Amino acid sequence: MCLAIPAQLVSEPNEIQMVEVDILGVKRHISTMMAPAARKGDHVLVHAGFAIQIIDEEFAAESLQMLRQMGIKTAEDLEAEADALEAAEAAAGSQAP
Amino acid sequence: MSDLSSGFRDPEIARGLVDAIRETAQTPCTLMEVCGTHTMAIAKHGLRGLMPDTINLLSGPGCPVCVTANADIDLAIEIARQPGVVLATFGDMMKVPGSYSSLSAEKADGRDVRVVYSPLDSLSIAEREPDKHVVFLGVGFETTAPTVALTIREAARRELPNWSALSLHKTVPGALRALVNDPEVRVTGFILPGHVSTIIGLEPYRFLAEEYGIPSVITGFEPVDVLQGVWMLAKQLAEGRAEVEIAYGRGVSAEGNPTAVAAMEEAFMPVDAEWRGIGVIPGTGLALRPEFARYDARARVPVTPPAPREIKGCQCGDVLRGVLLPFDCKLFGRGCTPEHPVGPCMVSSEGSCAAYYRYTDYGKD
Repeated sequence: MCLAIPAQLVSEPNEIQMVEVDILGVKRHISTMMAPAARKGDHVLVHAGFAIQIIDEEFAAESLQMLRQMGIKTAEDLEAEADALEAAEAAAGSQAP
Repeated sequence: MSDLSSGFRDPEIARGLVDAIRETAQTPCTLMEVCGTHTMAIAKHGLRGLMPDTINLLSGPGCPVCVTANADIDLAIEIARQPGVVLATFGDMMKVPGSYSSLSAEKADGRDVRVVYSPLDSLSIAEREPDKHVVFLGVGFETTAPTVALTIREAARRELPNWSALSLHKTVPGALRALVNDPEVRVTGFILPGHVSTIIGLEPYRFLAEEYGIPSVITGFEPVDVLQGVWMLAKQLAEGRAEVEIAYGRGVSAEGNPTAVAAMEEAFMPVDAEWRGIGVIPGTGLALRPEFARYDARARVPVTPPAPREIKGCQCGDVLRGVLLPFDCKLFGRGCTPEHPVGPCMVSSEGSCAAYYRYTDYGKD
């Protein structure tokens, strides 16, 4: 029920703050009364026929980049891991009879 | 845009977050997702199965349709039964059972009940059909209430004589306070609703951290968003912190949407509201202010519905408080299914029972 879907403004809002948006290829008319700063080209979150927020695209790109770095190990990470493994193996080997 | 949405479904990023969660969550914790849209996202993407044994995910009372009391549904039905009334509402409300009937059953019986996409559409119906009285049934939390508030303002601007709103809207923070005060409910962290927070911002949740020491993270709805929210909660718990944080910065700012809040406050005032399973929570309902009485369906279409009754055997109330998992209910899958639902948690597309039934193989993952 509290679902809001991203959409892009394809026109400028008219005098009663109605605007055409593109929601994944589907065109709809929504109200920008709640997001009066929204302009053509902006991405907004749409709920029940109203734009409730302009999506902060810069923030989205930055958070994706930050999250991506968590998942993908860098060359240095891999090298450090290999070193640690080698050291552990060497330690285990030295304890062996 | 496609990159924006697809980025937050990226399996590589999700994998990295799952690893980080496993590393961070060393002590057992119970995290409640408050919002029904989260319940659905978690079930649909199989996120419960990716959690380490230390994390127990619990659904909360965040499905507005599910927490609507029988007496309120009965009231809407009684209004729909009045001659000359068109009852317009969101699709989610149609199949929800009240004490004796549902709106879809009433429609089948010939009442004029219509589904609209936006509350503004109900104004157009009133303009097109001046001999009818159109009642818009408003259900939903702070995400939805401003859309109805602005529709009320628009009805006043157009001076529509034949339109009114029945507000069953509810607000979330007071319900969270009632939950944490309930000795049966044990929650160590809250996954807070993203789009409610788009409107109200961060401040109204501050008491969770400051008075109760419970970490909370405002979370979005893509799989990566949910995992990020869980990871941030695990981090707070591991570091012994309790704060309100935002894991959905592209859609939520700390101050919320002041235009929407102002619209909501202009049209509505807080009143006590009955929540299914929880009871009456002071100040969590939204009634139209006296200035807008001519647009208030309670005044325009006065009715007396029959005394409400509870549905026999349905444990929806305990499921909504997070003290019972859906598959622990005696009726779950045996007499209560999405095809033949007994209670609202199985009816609503966002109800916990419907989500568990549809996606989790009876929750045995």
